Amino acid sequence: MADRPMAPHLQIWKWGPHMAVSILHRITGDGMALVGLGVLLWWLGAMAAGPDTYAVFVEAMGSPLGMVVLVGLSWAFFTHMMSGLRHFVLDIGAGYELATNKTWSILAPLLGILLTAGFWALILLR
Amino acid sequence: MANGTPIGRVRGLGSAHEGAHHWLLQRFTAIGNLVLMLFLAISLALLPNYSYATVAGWAGQTLPATALALLILSVFWHARLGLQVLIEDYVHDAGTKFGTLALLNLATIGGGAFGLVSIARLALGGAA
Repeated sequence: MADRPMAPHLQIWKWGPHMAVSILHRITGDGMALVGLGVLLWWLGAMAAGPDTYAVFVEAMGSPLGMVVLVGLSWAFFTHMMSGLRHFVLDIGAGYELATNKTWSILAPLLGILLTAGFWALILLR
Repeated sequence: MANGTPIGRVRGLGSAHEGAHHWLLQRFTAIGNLVLMLFLAISLALLPNYSYATVAGWAGQTLPATALALLILSVFWHARLGLQVLIEDYVHDAGTKFGTLALLNLATIGGGAFGLVSIARLALGGAA
């Protein structure tokens, strides 16, 4: 490749909410793909194997580290879901006005945190 | 031509004719994930407890087992498409990229198959 100057990249631009929500979408999505799918398969495989194997899964997920993983995955899911819904709106060509775009870039991850809190409140207060 | 800029080398070649297909599949599976993950999250939150009998009993019923099987297909397909983009963005060497994508296919198809077989055992009563 010719040694030509490249277009300015991440470290040169001033960070804005729309850039943050975009990289957050990738981090949460690929994080769920790499960690979440493993936990999902462990859960299903443990249930299929029987009560003893399932008990090992429950003990691991009930440990402090396990709870961090579960809460983290639920946060990743709701955050990815909200920024994904934002993508659906952008896909139909709406929401590109500067103020609107900025508002939803800030709101999407905040709503993801709120939904995560609501999900665990529903489980713990059930 | 061969050692020009990246844009100079592809200019005039036209479309790769596969970007739109990937893009659409990512959306279709996203819709499946949205519906099925919300079903899973709400179902789990509403279970009375998380004992083996309760959770495995729930997962083995016809409707939950069907939803879980569809979730496996949708979410593994979506994850494969997403990780493919990650690899294509950050792995630049052609050989390494080919190898990584081949591993990705093995992992997602193998993982998805394991999930489907586990659900089948639960639903069809093969579980211990």
